[in-house]
Amino acid sequence: MKHIKTINSSTLSRDVKKAGCGECQTSCQSACKTSCTVANQKCERK
Amino acid sequence: MIHAYKMHGVNIVLDVNSGAVHVLDDIAYDVLSCYDQDGTLDEQRLTSLNHKYGAEEIKEACNEIETLKKENLLFTSDPYSEYIPLWTKKTVVKALCLHIAHDCNLRCSYCFAGTGDYKGARSLMSLEVGKRAIDFLIENSGNRRNLEVDFFGGEPLMNFDVVKEIVYYARQREKEANKNFRFTLTTNVLLLDEEKRAFINEHMHNVVLSLDGRKEINDEVRKRVDGSGSYDRVLPLALKMAEERKDKDYYVRGTFTRKNLDFGKDVLHLADVGFTQISVEPVVAARDSGLDIRQEDLKTVCDEYERLAMEYYQRRKNGKWFNFFHFMIDLEGGPCVAKRLRGCGSGTEYLAVTPEGDLYPCHQFVGQKEFLLGNIFDGLNNSTIREEFIESNVYTKPQCNQCWAKFYCSGGCAANSWQFNGDIKIPYDIGCELEKKRVECALWLKTQEVEV
Ligand code: SF4
Ligand code: SF4
Repeated sequence: MKHIKTINSSTLSRDVKKAGCGECQTSCQSACKTSCTVANQKCERK
Repeated sequence: MIHAYKMHGVNIVLDVNSGAVHVLDDIAYDVLSCYDQDGTLDEQRLTSLNHKYGAEEIKEACNEIETLKKENLLFTSDPYSEYIPLWTKKTVVKALCLHIAHDCNLRCSYCFAGTGDYKGARSLMSLEVGKRAIDFLIENSGNRRNLEVDFFGGEPLMNFDVVKEIVYYARQREKEANKNFRFTLTTNVLLLDEEKRAFINEHMHNVVLSLDGRKEINDEVRKRVDGSGSYDRVLPLALKMAEERKDKDYYVRGTFTRKNLDFGKDVLHLADVGFTQISVEPVVAARDSGLDIRQEDLKTVCDEYERLAMEYYQRRKNGKWFNFFHFMIDLEGGPCVAKRLRGCGSGTEYLAVTPEGDLYPCHQFVGQKEFLLGNIFDGLNNSTIREEFIESNVYTKPQCNQCWAKFYCSGGCAANSWQFNGDIKIPYDIGCELEKKRVECALWLKTQEVEV
């Protein structure tokens, strides 16, 4: 494309059927704890 | 839904439901602004661009937008709603925050724990309570294999023998129970001697070292019992710990308040002295402290995030790599949507345990009696409050449901919502503005790193 560049290939809905196994780390978002915004967490399945 | 914004001269568009991120030139950006949120083109608005661009270019941009729509990368509808009941059903407990010591050897003025004692008596967790907490976690975790235990306080190093014994006990129980424990510890570093560091390095998956940044900033707030600053003692010990972590996780974590709205300097200071894993965050739930970020500070803080993002990008490119936690975002992988809509899991899969064994939705709620959920001996009993937490997700919170950042923020901090709005479903608006700015910065960084 000439006017638009898409920067990521895989999108949120890719794994919707397998989502929610719950094995991932919990992520407190407040200042006092582990600080991660949820979006930087790893999925345990990969 | 889409979110379109400009940062450092880049036109960025996030397609909320798919998570696709696009960089647009000025023509395409202006053309896109003629579309409604549902993806219909407003022809009338489009004609207003005629004086600015040629008809041919406008048409090209329109075609590209239409192509992305067809490819499900722009103006996508929400494909998740049918799954929500599945993802938000009653869940097991998988993480505990153990309040090893309700006591602290620092007197930080912003401490939500009221200088460590959570407004109760100073107390230490006994080994008996600690072991029972491990049993409770195993019993309440169903088929979940990965379990987390965070040693927290007050200051957990003030009761380190119990920490060690709990770790040994959990390691002994995990095999027969077919579980995998991950331990983390959050400390103010003062007592972090060689022996403790060795134990932490051997057993802890992550360690959080509290330090606010520049000496004068840190020492203004993070004071020792005698009123002196803690920086000079903490810095060398924290650096040593960081160095000894090798391939294991750590991070140095600071808090900024309205006294250092130029917190970017503190982030860079922590990088300059040698840390590579850095997290500096706005003070939480400090409504009456005079230190909380206010509406009138927002512009300054947001500008500071943008400046920091630029400097961060430059440094990483020029061999001075470090990680700033709030700018990390994984656009290719990252957590599944189920996780994204529920967030921290407080009150459901994550609970806090007091030295006496009482259970609360998370460390921030400890001591607020209306949130007492039961105790580790008799189990969970306050089902009304628990239900409220179970039901809480970005679709059940009206503000979040409308928010473009919902799959990155995941609905914010329930403790903040409670403290500022008296309702865990109404997000704390200042927290929201900061979160959205951080996500914007993180996305901008991605657009730079892929060299579009
Ligand atoms: S930024 Fe605020 S409104 Fe948006 S998802 Fe987070 S908590 Fe909800
Ligand atoms: S409610 Fe807030 S403080 Fe508690 S675990 Fe969630 S994000 Fe962290």
